[in-house]
Amino acid sequence: MAYTLDRTYEERIRRFSSQRYGLYLAIVSMLMLFAALTSAYIVRRSAGNWLEFELPSIFYINTVVIVLSSITLHTSWHLFKKGNKAGYRLLMVLTFILGITFLVMQYMGWQEMTAQGLYLQVNPSASFIYVISGIHAAHLIGGLGTLIVAMAHAFRLRFKVTEIRKHRFELVIIYWHFVDLLWLYLLVFFVFI
Amino acid sequence: MASIDIIKQDELEHGHDDHHGHDDHDHHGDKYQSGFITHYIFSTDHKMISKQFLITGMFWAVIGALMSLVFRLQLGFPEENMLWLKPILGKWITVSDGIGTLAPDFYYALVTMHGTILVFFVLTAGLSGTFSNLLIPLQIGARDMASGFLNMLSYWFFFLAGTIMFASLFLSTGPFAGGWTAYPPLSALPQAMSGSGAGMTLWAVSLIFFVVSVLLGGMNYITTVLNLRTKGMTMWRLPLTIWAFLVTAILGLLSFPVLVSAIFLLIFDRSLGTSFFLSEIFIQGEALSNVGGSPILYQHLFWFLGHPEVYIIIVPAFGIVSEVMSVHARKPIFGYKAMVLSILAIAILAFIVWAHHMFMSGVNPFIANIFVLFTLIIAVPSAVKVFNWIATLWGGNIRFNTAMLFSIGFVSLFISGGLTGIFLGNSAIDIQLHDTYFVVAHFHIVMGIAAFFGMYAGVYHWFPRLYGRFMNETLGKIHFWGTMIGAYAIFWPMHYLGMAGVPRRYYKFGNFDAFAHFGDMNKFITIAAIIVFFLQVLMLINFFYSIFRGKKQTTLNPYDANTLEWTVPINAGHGNWSGEIPHVHRWAYDYSKGGRNIPQTEPLGDGEQDMGNDHH
Ligand code: HEM
Ligand SMILES: [Cu+2]
Repeated sequence: MAYTLDRTYEERIRRFSSQRYGLYLAIVSMLMLFAALTSAYIVRRSAGNWLEFELPSIFYINTVVIVLSSITLHTSWHLFKKGNKAGYRLLMVLTFILGITFLVMQYMGWQEMTAQGLYLQVNPSASFIYVISGIHAAHLIGGLGTLIVAMAHAFRLRFKVTEIRKHRFELVIIYWHFVDLLWLYLLVFFVFI
Repeated sequence: MASIDIIKQDELEHGHDDHHGHDDHDHHGDKYQSGFITHYIFSTDHKMISKQFLITGMFWAVIGALMSLVFRLQLGFPEENMLWLKPILGKWITVSDGIGTLAPDFYYALVTMHGTILVFFVLTAGLSGTFSNLLIPLQIGARDMASGFLNMLSYWFFFLAGTIMFASLFLSTGPFAGGWTAYPPLSALPQAMSGSGAGMTLWAVSLIFFVVSVLLGGMNYITTVLNLRTKGMTMWRLPLTIWAFLVTAILGLLSFPVLVSAIFLLIFDRSLGTSFFLSEIFIQGEALSNVGGSPILYQHLFWFLGHPEVYIIIVPAFGIVSEVMSVHARKPIFGYKAMVLSILAIAILAFIVWAHHMFMSGVNPFIANIFVLFTLIIAVPSAVKVFNWIATLWGGNIRFNTAMLFSIGFVSLFISGGLTGIFLGNSAIDIQLHDTYFVVAHFHIVMGIAAFFGMYAGVYHWFPRLYGRFMNETLGKIHFWGTMIGAYAIFWPMHYLGMAGVPRRYYKFGNFDAFAHFGDMNKFITIAAIIVFFLQVLMLINFFYSIFRGKKQTTLNPYDANTLEWTVPINAGHGNWSGEIPHVHRWAYDYSKGGRNIPQTEPLGDGEQDMGNDHH
């Protein structure tokens, strides 16, 4: 048996907000993952035998990179709404490049650590940095994936400001800001805790 | 997932800001049509996914139960010849002089797999997966879950997790054998015991996929409840089932990621040589290089999930029992709001009691005190629930059908098991009771059996909603009474074993004079377990027979219930209601009001007050 249903306007709008809810919930669960890892860090550190060391300096520069990428994406969004096709496309590509740059520089940061003899296995204090920043990087790669889809929309579709495209763009932005803010939290955590 | 081409076409057609262009699938009207594969296998219909969860859960329940029979045989009849099991268990039965003996390593593997399977695959996926899927859309008035696609993925990740765990049973080194809690070092060192190698790797991978399944499901359940309720269905008009599933999903979303973090760190310790959980370990006289790790850290992470997990298992049963009781007592549920608030209170407390599993692991006794306090506070909302269930039954016009009997049985079990929780929650008494059969008795009664009773109540009650037929009531009652008596026969004696200090997870007690006189008790328990197992087989026969031959459901609303799932056509297709979704005007519990049961769809009469609505 099958039914043919016509969704009302209201039902379609609700579908958008459902997707937003879903994304926020996914973000909550990812936050719990990082909350667990950082709590584990604190618990483990208070147990002693903890090697203190300086964070690789490149992590600080990288923080600027990722914040910048959030700004470019946000600007791209505003230009999109204003109907500025070229600017919207350009800044989206720029965001993607900044994202890749962040990944590469994280990798350089890890190399900086190993160069100082801080291998993954040396002490849990170093292991935690690798693991936590590594899992963050994995989340960023997910963000790059969504950006690729967004760029495909930006370049392959005829430019039009429609509700559905605004809505999809918003989802990408929410996730990207989350990955950005997450890194800020992690950096503050590593430096001050 | 929308492919780019579809979007393109959509935007060419409706690229303006008018409201037709909002969604790329819907403007043609959804055609919920399906072929065999999309209907039975890769289905996105919540009703079919619900059945998939249920039947997969049943499969795992049988496997898990058979495992328990094997280790119960070992415990009850340690000297008996097990040669007859050799065709099934192969090399895990060692033979000397024609006498077959269960390999001790495999005993531990069986106990571990039994726990993992029952806790995660049966009582989490099989219970909450089945009923959240079946009832959320039907009872709140939605065509389907917020995302049918993610919902389908949720099932298939569960299936994948199960497949991996199943494969681990056939490894030559055996499945993981370090207990369902997978404490390091047994879980962190591949060389620790035979199951710690490939067995543990598959365990870890399987559980990660399982968590993905739970999270995808949970996101969907929460979004659907918050966002897709039909007109008039305010939160305070939701049936208690829905409240329970909502809270369960929230618990899962907040706690399962923490398990993932623990498993990640375990994987690093296992394969990359880190020392998160390992320190100063000697294996066969040789010191390992790992220093500085903390096995207690793993326990914190595990139980931060582990305790909420036990509520993830029992809360759906709370909801099912409340609903079934109210329908069959034909009385409004007593203290509806108190029921909701107590579920919420239990859920919040569930996050701040985890260390009561670690009183004997070397946590600071002063910190333990705080956990004692919070743990004992859980008794308050639990008692509220029990009181309200009994008050709902009180003076009710009760139909003692199988679903109702299982609900009443649930309350009995929840009381018995809750009381022993209060013993265990005291850190001083726990010195004696920890890791004994007392704990085994506690959690099997309060969680294992009680949650099964909740599930059975749900299956018997909503069977017509699933298959358009009824299960056989006579067989159902035999199933109930046998299981009720049998379950107590199995687990009641275990309290005495535990109080005497008999430890759990021991392969045999022959070398301990202090426990020698418990031999007969162990035999008794094993025999009871075998009988109870066959009663569950009876239930399965009843289930599958009734799918094809059960008494047909002829009226839409066979129990004269108030909730929306009984307004959906028998054997409804994808989309549930053929016409418009009904609107809701009142709470779900107007039973025997002015002499009749008033469905939620009936508008309020003049001057009539809605009990569920908070605008008064
Ligand atoms: C009044 C409520 C409860 C209290 C105070 C309580 C207390 C405890 C305590 C203190 C332990 C640890 C015992 C030990 O290992 O020495 C324990 C174990 C356990 N409880 Fe409860 N409990 C309560 C209700 C529940 C409920 C409702 C469930 C499940 C639905 C449950 C499931 C478990 C499980 C699974 C374990 C054992 C886990 C293991 O070690 O393998 N408990 N309980
Ligand atoms: Cu607990």
